Amino acid sequence: MNALRQHMWAIGLGTLFAIFVLVSLAVGFAPGEEIGGHFMSFFIQMLKILPCVFVIIGLFEVWVKTETVERHMGHGSGLRSYVWAFLLAGGTVGGLHVGLPVADALYRKRARLGVVIAFLSFAGISRIPMTLFEASFLGWRFTAVRFAVSLPLVLVTSAAIGRWFERSGYELPDPEGERRAKGDRRDSEQGRHVRQEGRSR
Amino acid sequence: MYAVYILTAILLVLSLLANREKTVRALRIALGRFMKIAPAFIVMLVLVAVALYLLPEQVLLRTLAPENRWVAMGAALGIGSISVMPGFIAFPLCGVLLERGALYMVLSAFSMTLMMVGVVTFPVEKKYLGGRLSLVRNVAGLLVALAVALVTGLVFGELL
Repeated sequence: MNALRQHMWAIGLGTLFAIFVLVSLAVGFAPGEEIGGHFMSFFIQMLKILPCVFVIIGLFEVWVKTETVERHMGHGSGLRSYVWAFLLAGGTVGGLHVGLPVADALYRKRARLGVVIAFLSFAGISRIPMTLFEASFLGWRFTAVRFAVSLPLVLVTSAAIGRWFERSGYELPDPEGERRAKGDRRDSEQGRHVRQEGRSR
Repeated sequence: MYAVYILTAILLVLSLLANREKTVRALRIALGRFMKIAPAFIVMLVLVAVALYLLPEQVLLRTLAPENRWVAMGAALGIGSISVMPGFIAFPLCGVLLERGALYMVLSAFSMTLMMVGVVTFPVEKKYLGGRLSLVRNVAGLLVALAVALVTGLVFGELL
């Protein structure tokens, strides 16, 4: 019930949109048909990629230790943590819709905020396949300038934003609607599992 | 794309062989997180569909070709922020624009905002980062895009 109320807006919009497209198809309203077509093509694209992304995130959640991520990307891990964010982002596919769930998974494992934000931006600008595309259509000089200017700027702004928000005690919201205890980002999922493991033994 | 499927399958099989219970738990987490964020994705898809309808390629071609370079630049920043398209569509389009006489710095502004700023993805981003942080991140992205575009203009001799 609570979940339903929380998603009321999305459900309402989705329903209205579906009615709009169906009516457009029925009466042959061209703009509506076209918008419906765009929706379906992107919807299918998402369905192709997101299940994999979330499965990998699930595996990451159970196999990778919080301490490992914290040591390499958490507080006190220095500039190296941004190199990790860069390398990780270079290997991602898709856009922000893939980057965000991954960023969230990193944050839950205690990566610090600046690194998480840097990862998101790097996922936009440094994906390898995309860079190859860019260079082949616009030339290597164009790509070189973009990297040379954007990388340091992204690094500095991400670190600054991360520090600014962390200093004011900001915590990322929990898209799953589970409360994280303040100062302890290990989510309730993990707590529950520890308990389950204890019981099964 | 197939690489992603193969990688996921390999990881999944390895995980299953190593520990069945943990793997089931991982899949449960995957499903749970996916279902919780799905509504935000639907909102985003609706916005994407409408944005694509309002900004077809012909409009881009007309708007980003240079009459006044600063108008083109502003349009590029705006359109890049609003629209969403994968790199394999965006860069060939940039190639066409270049042939039609668009400036490098305009294409830079367009492709950078495309990658860094997301107006239609905002509903999803807000769920993950919160509204305030999402806003700050996107504004910062816009400024970085502008800086990159200006330097590109300098390097390609389009500014002076």
